[in-house]
Amino acid sequence: MNELPRWADVVLVPLINIALAFIVAGLVVLAIGQNPIDMVYFMVKGALGSTSSIGYTLYYTTNFIFTGLAFAVAMNAKLFNIGGEGQAAIGGLGAALVLLAIDWPHWTLALPAAIIGASVFGAGWAAIPAYLQAKRGSHIVITTIMFNFIGAAILGYLLNGLLKKPGQQVPESRSFSEGAHLPNFHEMLQPFGIAFNKSAPANISFFLAIGAAILVWLLIWRSRIGYEIRAFGNSPGATLYAGISSVRVTIIAMLISGALAGMMAINVVMGEQERLIKDFVEGAGFMGIAVSLMGRNHPFGIVLAAFLFGMLNQGGFELMWEMPEISREMVLVIQALIIIFTGALVNMTRDPIEKIFLRLHKKGAA
Amino acid sequence: MDFLQFILTLDSTLRLSTVLLLACLAGLFSERSGIVDIGLEGKMLISAFVAAAIAYETGSVWMGLAAGMLASLIFAMIHGVASIIYRGDQIISGVALNFLASGLTVVVGDALYRQGGQTPTLAGSARFSEITLPFADALRDVPILGPIYSELISGHKPLVYVAFLAVPLVWWVLFRTRFGLRLRAVGENPSSVDTAGVSVVGMRFKALLITGLLCGIAGAYLSTSQAAGFGKEMTAGRGYIALAALIFAKWRPLHAMGACLLFGLLEAVSNLYPNIDVFGLFTIPVQFTQTLPYILTVIILGGFIGRAMPPNAIGQPYVKER
Repeated sequence: MNELPRWADVVLVPLINIALAFIVAGLVVLAIGQNPIDMVYFMVKGALGSTSSIGYTLYYTTNFIFTGLAFAVAMNAKLFNIGGEGQAAIGGLGAALVLLAIDWPHWTLALPAAIIGASVFGAGWAAIPAYLQAKRGSHIVITTIMFNFIGAAILGYLLNGLLKKPGQQVPESRSFSEGAHLPNFHEMLQPFGIAFNKSAPANISFFLAIGAAILVWLLIWRSRIGYEIRAFGNSPGATLYAGISSVRVTIIAMLISGALAGMMAINVVMGEQERLIKDFVEGAGFMGIAVSLMGRNHPFGIVLAAFLFGMLNQGGFELMWEMPEISREMVLVIQALIIIFTGALVNMTRDPIEKIFLRLHKKGAA
Repeated sequence: MDFLQFILTLDSTLRLSTVLLLACLAGLFSERSGIVDIGLEGKMLISAFVAAAIAYETGSVWMGLAAGMLASLIFAMIHGVASIIYRGDQIISGVALNFLASGLTVVVGDALYRQGGQTPTLAGSARFSEITLPFADALRDVPILGPIYSELISGHKPLVYVAFLAVPLVWWVLFRTRFGLRLRAVGENPSSVDTAGVSVVGMRFKALLITGLLCGIAGAYLSTSQAAGFGKEMTAGRGYIALAALIFAKWRPLHAMGACLLFGLLEAVSNLYPNIDVFGLFTIPVQFTQTLPYILTVIILGGFIGRAMPPNAIGQPYVKER
């Protein structure tokens, strides 16, 4: 029952929902006695006002592209992978183990190795819930939530023991070797004579994320396994008759999803921290759900949504200095409202708009 | 470990299980009616905050409890509107409400009290005080039974008793009343309930109403009984542990009590004895004890020990035939 023209479905409905989310967020700001217009101004300025802020915005965008893509790949097979958080944490462990193992001479060698480490560990962490879903029928939502906690505990255990840098109390590993340093935007743009803030964390992983988005698009919409994933997501019964193995599709979709979530660690662990720290994922795995929802599980939409969420994240940090009366967690409120309106309550706006279009259509026909 | 230490560990277990039990029973109503509730965590968190803030402002812990329950109820109703009326995805709605609670509690708390999201410390009548059962002091010196009665059973906050008394009540409602039969039916096969002339929408909203109220009590317990005030993210994943306990208990109230006691015991042990030395051979790290509830739940879900079968219609919005 899709009565909406495509542009209304893809552009109009999401825009109205985002507008509603911002209106409600504005009411929250008013309720605590602050000016929402000022808040938006300072947030946009904080997110895009200088090369430093742009660098931070793109850094967060990179995280959200990876976790958003991770969620989307599984979602196309109607698998609700809520475990991006844990898969990213374990992916970070994989990347760190590779980077700590030897003194890497140059990043061009270290990066592919770290990508393999992060994606294999991330995929491995998704493999068990995938197997339990495919073979034993255990609900993937619950198992992936449990695996988030188990993954965090493993990371905490290792960082307090085996991987802890000797002679300190903080649960973090020693720094990676110089050669594992990824070029950041400052270093990449300097040869072209473009000045970019030195300390902004955006690095080459951003392009890795864009590349991943293109690959995911090719995979889901232009490959055989992608077709199988989408077919399985839309109609598991039909795929059964078509001779497509549900076990195979479930496991492959989840492995790709976990690998993408793990890749997020390349940006944070390798690109920014240059060592493994506890809780480095900081909710980016969960945020991937929102990003993917807003981007309608499509790589192009996900890149746009990731940029919006990256702006929100960075703008929220800057807000602390400009309007200290509004706590940074306001960003969480806005993000939560966006999920509610674009995800959970999408039919609240969709149904009436559908009716309007139906009426217009009838008038046109008469 | 001597006897008194053992009793004190169990005493701590009871206190820590209370939150889990209330949240788990809350989830039981929602999930039995066919609505997945990932949002137990968020409902508890918002209730913990509102309860602490109102108890602080009014000086009455009962006002705090009522306000906390109301806040949790509002969240439950948003979940209901999204998942029952607008057929939205129940998991997405739950995740979003958890985020909303994490954000709102700190934004509003910080705007009110300027303590980084904390509420001021509660004291006196703004907190629940312990109930001493009759003869607890007189019987203290009786060997074995004395400490069990006066330390373990007596001397808890009222909501501890509420939680454990709720278990037989929930069992009775679920398995011995017409409401309970309909509730279970609506989670297994909503169209049959609809055919019998009972409103599926109505039943599911009633279930979420109970879920909201029970989660509200759980949250209020956290900030006004277990702790003396609200702290940022104070639920610390307990909503998810409660969800795990619910699965562990296979959606049955008496088993839920068992699961919550077990998970509460694990939490108590990890608090009291962080690293356990096993006969000098190896140590069990605290992370393992803390994670055991999740590991056990995965094992149960995998069907390696028994089989956890959720209500049949769980997670699916009900669309009436036309």
